Amino acid sequence: MNTEDESISMFSGIAGIARRDLLLAWKRPGDVLNPLFFFAMVAALFPLAVGPSPEQLKLSGPAVLWVAALLSMLLSLNSLFLSDYEDGSLDQMLVSPIPLSALALGKTLAHWLTSGLPLVVVSPVVAITFQMPFSVTGYLMLTLLLGTISLSLLGSVGAALTVGLHRGTALLSLLILPLAMPILIFGARTVSLVASGDGVAGGLYFLAAYAVLTLSFAPFATAAALRISNE
Amino acid sequence: MWKFIHQLASPPHFYRIAQILIPWLAVPGLLLIGYGTYAGLFLAPMDYQQGDAFRIIYVHVPSAYLSMLAYMTMAVSAGIGLIWRIKLSHAVAAAAAPLGAWFTFLALATGSIWGKPMWGTWWEWGDPRLTSELIMLFLYFGYMALRGAIDDTSKADRASAVLALVGAVNVPIIHFSVEWWSSLHQGPTLIKEGGPAMDPGMLYPLLAMILGFTLVFGALLLRRVRAEVLFRERRTRWVKDLVLSGGN
Repeated sequence: MNTEDESISMFSGIAGIARRDLLLAWKRPGDVLNPLFFFAMVAALFPLAVGPSPEQLKLSGPAVLWVAALLSMLLSLNSLFLSDYEDGSLDQMLVSPIPLSALALGKTLAHWLTSGLPLVVVSPVVAITFQMPFSVTGYLMLTLLLGTISLSLLGSVGAALTVGLHRGTALLSLLILPLAMPILIFGARTVSLVASGDGVAGGLYFLAAYAVLTLSFAPFATAAALRISNE
Repeated sequence: MWKFIHQLASPPHFYRIAQILIPWLAVPGLLLIGYGTYAGLFLAPMDYQQGDAFRIIYVHVPSAYLSMLAYMTMAVSAGIGLIWRIKLSHAVAAAAAPLGAWFTFLALATGSIWGKPMWGTWWEWGDPRLTSELIMLFLYFGYMALRGAIDDTSKADRASAVLALVGAVNVPIIHFSVEWWSSLHQGPTLIKEGGPAMDPGMLYPLLAMILGFTLVFGALLLRRVRAEVLFRERRTRWVKDLVLSGGN
């Protein structure tokens, strides 16, 4: 096989597995919708706990939305490799001639399209309840867009490490949350800075750079982790 | 030289050599800590701003430094174990994690005790180094939890090695992103251009403590690795011989 064929088979592998996962998600819309409901509910917990004062909600809005988004991503990450592990598809991926890292990237892409992107789309609706001005909402969506890409990729490493373990959910959170803190800091703080009228370029550059970094490394780490946890 | 390193990677050799090395690390380490404690508490002059409260740095700074060194030890040996499939270096990584977590906790506790008289609060989220130490502690917890969750030793070794490496890439990023906050922490005094900005009477006990802590860490690490090796090799001939001969 020459290099051209290899790159074609790699890209068709990424696209193929992403298409398959999207189709599966389409057949079971609950898997996509539940994390979104969870996101809205966690966001609703804060006004109930903090009190209805609009000023306070306006201040805490970016932080609350970001924390809720982070938790919602974790919820959906847990099942990233689970069904493939249980029905043996993962074994097929391991022996496939297409590089495992490409397949992992395809699965992560589908995961982001079904969890990160919907969050970005839904977030303005929840943001309205936090009195967030429309000018700020745009930045919220932008930071979530960049941040959830990194979260999906970073989370896929954790999901691959914990697949097939008992009590994997709590463990996955324990592994991923400390690593996800830079994303949370820059995501939430950038939105807060916009709300108070400060410059935001630095935060956005960081989120973009982090997304590129995870995109370059995470698929290989995920592939290595899948090989280890599936033997 | 290479022959020596290869021999060291074999568990029985390591087990013997470590026993010889431990006192050579532990005794000077404890002596340095003894000197550092005495000199730090009684000989070092009082700080003109912080009074006697500054003396906690003699525990705080070495602990904080060791929390990083232990993570580096863990990540590097996990990487070596993953790439060259050396079982001993996985044992080193496993042994380093609880020690690192303990030093991280010590750095957090002393930092918090120092913060009470200095900042008027036990915990200050605005301080980047305290916050990144806390995240460091969570990273250690995650590593140990993953190791504990997998029964098969060889699988646990490699899975946690992947996590340690991913964590090692992230540690500088976490530190930088936390630094992005406004800082209450006093700036670096030890490592900066033109030598440390510290009275020699305060500095030497601190350097003695740092070196002493590092040596004791080395001794504790070797002791833990010995125990780990013994447990991992419990079904081998040499351990059986060792136990039957009554040696250690």
